[in-house]
Parts: sequence; C-alpha cells; structure tokens
Amino acid sequence: MQILEAEHICKSFDRTEVLKDISFSLEKSQVLSIIGSSGSGKTTLLRCLNFLETPDQGIIRVKGETVFDGSDASYLKESMIRKNRLHFGMVFQSFNLFPQYTALRNVMLAKELQAKARPDYKEKKKQILEEIRAEAEELLRQMGLEDRMGNYPHQLSGGQCQRVAIARALALKPDILCFDEPTSALDPELTGEVLRVMKELAAQKMTMIIVTHEMTFARDVSDQVLFMDEGYVLEHGSPDEVFGDPKEERTKQFLSHFFAS
Amino acid sequence: MDLFLEQLPVVIKSLNIGFLQTLKLFFATLLGALPLGLAISFGSRSRISIIRYIFKVFIWIIRGTPLMIQLLIIYYFPGLVLHNAIWGGDEAGRFAASAIAFIINYACYFSEIFRGGIQSIPVGQDEAGLVLGMTKSQIFFKVKLLQMVKRILPPISNEILTLVKDTSLARIIALQEIIWAGQAFMKGSQGISGAIWPLFFTAVYYLVCNGLLTIVLGRCEKKLEFFV
Ligand SMILES: Nc1ncnc2c1ncn2[C@@H]1O[C@H](COP(=O)(O)OP(=O)(O)OP(=O)(O)O)[C@@H](O)[C@H]1O
Ligand SMILES: [Mg+2]
Repeated sequence: MQILEAEHICKSFDRTEVLKDISFSLEKSQVLSIIGSSGSGKTTLLRCLNFLETPDQGIIRVKGETVFDGSDASYLKESMIRKNRLHFGMVFQSFNLFPQYTALRNVMLAKELQAKARPDYKEKKKQILEEIRAEAEELLRQMGLEDRMGNYPHQLSGGQCQRVAIARALALKPDILCFDEPTSALDPELTGEVLRVMKELAAQKMTMIIVTHEMTFARDVSDQVLFMDEGYVLEHGSPDEVFGDPKEERTKQFLSHFFAS
Repeated sequence: MDLFLEQLPVVIKSLNIGFLQTLKLFFATLLGALPLGLAISFGSRSRISIIRYIFKVFIWIIRGTPLMIQLLIIYYFPGLVLHNAIWGGDEAGRFAASAIAFIINYACYFSEIFRGGIQSIPVGQDEAGLVLGMTKSQIFFKVKLLQMVKRILPPISNEILTLVKDTSLARIIALQEIIWAGQAFMKGSQGISGAIWPLFFTAVYYLVCNGLLTIVLGRCEKKLEFFV
C-alpha cells in the first residue's frame, strides 16, 4: 500500500513553470531522496506537499485518502488545509525555531495549542500538559539533547537547532517527514550529527522525503531516489539504479560533480 | 531672595496643575494612538490595493505636515468653517481637540513602526507555525507578537520620549499644560509678572518625567533580552 501518491503536480509562479507534471509514489517506511541541480523545483515540490504552496494542478493522496485535488476547490479551504497538512512534517534548511521559547517549549507548543481544542482539556489540563511534556522530553532525548532542553535557540549550535526542529516536527506524529536540505546551513562537523539522527529515524521506519545535496548519505539511507531537472522527474529508482547506472545523460552529468571518477 | 521664596509655592502649585494636564494629554495619546496605530498598520498592509493606497496617503499627509497645523485645523475648522463649534470654548474642549490631534498624529508614526516590526519577522516563522497546523491568529499571538514587541520597543520608546515634549505644542490652542502655566508668569499671573525662571522650572518637570520613562522602558527592553 502506498502511503503517498502524487499525480501530475504542476506549479507555476507567474509565468515560470517550476513543476511540470510531477508524479511519484512512496511506500510506508521508505525513504525517498530528491536530488537535482539548483532551481530544479525540489523545494517547491516539498512546499506543495506541505501546502505552503498550492499546486495549480494534480492530486495528492495520503494512505489512499485524497488530501489535495487541483480540480476541486473544497481542498483549498483553510480548515481543510490545516487538517491535511498534519499528514506531513517539515524540517527547513534554516531551522525556523521560535526564538522566544526553549528547546522543550518549541517541541511542545503546537501540541499544547492542539490540546486546547480537546473537549476534556479543562478537566484534565494538568495531566494532558504533563503527557505532552513527557513526550517532548523523550523526543529531545532521542535527538541526543537531554541536557539542552531548557536552552533557547540562540544558545544552541546549528546542529542542535536542527535536531530540535526535527523533534518539533516529530511531536505531531506526521505520516511523512519532509526535509529540505537539512544540513545545508551547517558546517561539515555539525552535518554529521544531524545525518546520524536521520539515519536512526530511517532505521525506526519513519517515512521520509529528503531533499539533499549529500549524495553519499542519499545513497546509503534511501530506498528510492528521484532526480529532478527543470521541473521534471528525470529519473526515479533505487539508489543503485540512479547512482550506479543512470539512464539519462543529464543525470550522469549532474552526478559527475559529486562522484569524480 | 525673600521674594523668590514667597513666589515659589505659588509657581509650583500652578506648574503642578499644568503638568497634570500635560500628563493627561500624554496618557490619553498613548492609550489612543497605540491601538489606532496597530489598526492603521494593518490597513497599510491590506491586500486590497485601494485601501492600502488610502492609508498610505493619509500617513503621508499626517507625517508630512506639522503637528501644530493639525492641532489648529482640528480645533478651529469645525467652528470657523462648518459653523459648528463642537469643542466648546472651555479647557475640556481644548483638551478633547488636542487629544484627537495627538492621537491621530502619533498613531501614524506608531503604525509605521508596527509595520516595520511585522515585516521584520522572517516568513520562516509563519511557515514553521503553518506546517505545525497552527491558525493565523495562533501564529500571530504565540509566535510573532513577542518578537515584534522586542523589535519595536526601542523606536517606540523614542516616540514616547518625544511625545512627552510634544505635548507642549497644545499651547497653540491655549491648552493649559505646563509651559502655558509657566509662561503665564511672564505675562502676569497671580501677582507675578516678568518672571522667566518658572519656565526653567518646567524643564525640570520634563527631565524628571523622561528620566523615569527612560528607566521603565529600559527595564522592559532588558526583560526581553532572554532571546534574540
Ligand atoms: N515564490 C516564488 N516566486 C517566484 N519564483 C519562485 C518562487 N519560489 C521559487 N521560484 C522559482 O522556482 C524555481 C525552483 O525553485 P526551487 O526553490 O523549488 O528550486 P530548488 O530545486 O529547491 O533549488 P535549490 O537547490 O537551489 O534549493 C526557481 O527558478 C525559483 O526562482
Ligand atoms: Mg531548495
């Protein structure tokens, strides 16, 4: 059973077509890496999945349920979008942590706000908040940040910030976690600690879509690799197929920048 | 010297009354201009271009002309041109006219500061909130508001200190604020005339007031130093 199906996604900004008919699917617990040169539309694709951009056309299904259909305006309602985007988590290149909250509060905040809508919130407030806190602490421990929970983002290194951001996304238990170049803002030393955490998540069978320029990592961790070029999916297959035996000339050319032979 | 000591209590009493009026105008302006400024800042960022345009022109006119002219127009226009002296001729009427002129004027300045504050928050903050399923209002109140307050506090503090001094402009429509009260002793009032020293005393009131405000506002800024 496919956890995610994207069909014929198209997206233009003004007159520039950025995504031209993108289709792919993903099985539960698989890791999909998206690679491609700058401007090929990788970020835009992730943003469409998270409804930060609205595709002009196409269908997105999660666990068989349609969450977006470009021909049906009812999917554009704000409440609908807010519900559907929770299938996805998003980790940004620039972390985007909330600076006025500690690491722990960053992870708890969205859950707390959600809990306020629960009918039993008033009666069981204390217990609910206690649970949310315990879960957040557990996530931060998993990220290796047990001694950083009370720190504010400006007191953390880039790698620590990104791990908090991952914990924050995981707190809402998304079906699919998206990463947009999660290590591009980090120096090589800090990149390692973030990639290690992502590998652990993959081992725990988290379904993930990772836009990355870390080719070695993509090769190691992915079940599928998707090569994008100028808004098209040019190549899609296992890491061995895409990295080992690319079919398109354009793919070979792109990969030659990373794997000098 | 004896004369001075004799006159001092009379002058101080009069200055106190004037300063009370100054403070009233100051607080009325803050109370009115801060929320009105926020509303104007939303208007000047409206998605509808005609609304945005109207607000921009309004802000341009108010910020581009002297507050003194605005005071005079608001006070005299209804009576002289519309033949409807809505303000009456008493101190209460002068205060109401002054307060309205000040509120409109300062709201425009505040609105530009608010607009800058809102725009200076990176869109990444909105996007992070959105992907976590937050509503627009949750994002504004739980994520952006405190960051905004931190950024606008220094320029707002500046405006507040300026406002304390600007209240003296209301003298132009004979509002009996502290400078009006001090100047009265030059022209002759309560048996004292030709005395300029009461005017110097008024300066001390301003200095003390702004000194206290500087301390309070500085504390607020300090309070927000826990994050960057
Ligand atoms: N909001 C926007 N308005 C107009 N054009 C945009 C917008 N966002 C992206 N684009 C354009 O869409 C194209 C694809 O951008 P996108 O950010 O998706 O590329 P990318 O593959 O993520 O690149 P990179 O590897 O540099 O991050 C670019 O040409 C970009 O200029
Ligand atoms: Mg990108």
